[in-house]
Amino acid sequence: MSNSLSVTTFVLISLAKTVVALLVLMTCVAYTVWFERKLVGHIQNRWGPTRVGPFGLLQPLADGLKFIFKEDVTPPYVNRPLYLAAPMIALTLALTSIAVIPFSPAIRIGSIATPLQVTDVNVGLLVILGVTSIGVYGVALAGWASNSKYSLLGSLRASAQMISYEVALGLSLIGVLIYAQSFSLQDIVRAQSGLYWGFIPRWNIFHGPFPQIVAFFIYLCAAFAETNRIPFDLPEAETELVAGYHTEYSSMKFAMFFMAEYANMFTVACLASLLFLGGWNGPVFGFPEHSIPAGLLHVFWFFVRIVFFLFLYVWVRGTLPRFRYDQLMKFSWKFLLPLSLANIIVTALVVALRS
Amino acid sequence: MVHYLLFFIFAALAVAGAINLLAQKHPIASALSLIVVMGSLAGEYMLLGAEFVAVIQVIVYAGAIMVLFVFVIMLLNAGVEERSGRGSRVAVIFGFPAMLALGILLAWALIERNPANAPVGVGAMYGPARSIAQQLFRPYLLPFEITSVLILIAIMGAVVLARRED
Repeated sequence: MSNSLSVTTFVLISLAKTVVALLVLMTCVAYTVWFERKLVGHIQNRWGPTRVGPFGLLQPLADGLKFIFKEDVTPPYVNRPLYLAAPMIALTLALTSIAVIPFSPAIRIGSIATPLQVTDVNVGLLVILGVTSIGVYGVALAGWASNSKYSLLGSLRASAQMISYEVALGLSLIGVLIYAQSFSLQDIVRAQSGLYWGFIPRWNIFHGPFPQIVAFFIYLCAAFAETNRIPFDLPEAETELVAGYHTEYSSMKFAMFFMAEYANMFTVACLASLLFLGGWNGPVFGFPEHSIPAGLLHVFWFFVRIVFFLFLYVWVRGTLPRFRYDQLMKFSWKFLLPLSLANIIVTALVVALRS
Repeated sequence: MVHYLLFFIFAALAVAGAINLLAQKHPIASALSLIVVMGSLAGEYMLLGAEFVAVIQVIVYAGAIMVLFVFVIMLLNAGVEERSGRGSRVAVIFGFPAMLALGILLAWALIERNPANAPVGVGAMYGPARSIAQQLFRPYLLPFEITSVLILIAIMGAVVLARRED
């Protein structure tokens, strides 16, 4: 659908979309924290937060107020510019990935047709990989600038872990790209619309000729490691390295790292549902395609998948012990990397033989 | 008009980053300035329409190679560079004229070979990955394969050098 927007309209719409996306992301981050605390509590046979508001729903508000009112301590011998910049880098990059994630296809409001996506770049998937690559700096510089043994060791371990699993993450996506023939996330989701035999959705994990189940598994493992979540959270485990790279950070700066971690979780969940589980595809119950109710239904289906992934994240966190550092690195280089290369070879072979 | 503005913004950022890299005393600050240079170059590639190359520049250069630099600086605990107050007289006597001569040579070469009636416009380069792949796997297949062999040799050299002696 082509439409010619004037430059001012385009800029205004993009600004509005950016503001909405940021608000949605921050709210989701806050309530992911609530979700995690409740769910881990129930897994551990106790109630999570219950006192602040019904079902503890205002707990994120209380947490935010606590972070704002806490004393902000800056240790004396830190490298001040980098110490102050590192949490800002981490949070900025974590929030940037939301710019290329499509929440619905194009919807028409009045005379303007626009997808619910801040920007649809042709290389959207690579932009997310690039943002992940630069995100290593937030962690590395935070640990180094803190001028403390625990921080330095924690940050070196965390950055080494992140760059090792980035390789497996990137390679696992290539099978999906071979099917979708495009880097644009809208195109990848659109290639997963429709059903096989009337009831099996055409998601990439069921997609013929070679279902990308193995790639999905690799992507999940790599994503858990990228976001430093259990079972890969050795760099921030309390019994190991005090608190790793954010030991010397207090109050608002620690809150920024905290928010960055959960925003990364959210981004990874979004990507997993876009690439492997069909994105925003779902039944529209008869509404006309590009109308606002259809768009909202698409957003709803997308959120169902995101909540499923967040549930998976928290479930794994409450259940598994953590890997030792050498086990973690071996797993990436000796298992995930050959497996993802094999997946690429098999997928490419099957596609080439079929065409 | 906007393109000229963007071009000059990215160019100024790249030059400022490069000069800052030389002027900083701490290696980490120099490494971070180099990251700014890489990022601005990615912006320039994007202006030329080479979107794939721009993002790959960010992923590979700014996101992997510079991480390696930053790691090495952090692990080796490279300290602040010491500078004695007096500069070198040789550098002043030979340096400034040499820089001037180089600048004149460069300006002459650019004006000779790129007249103003054939500039490279926005979006002139190969954009999507598809075009680049078609160039890489058909006309330039042999250089591509030889480069892979070169990288393999480099990896083997790194493994041999980092091996423990037992």
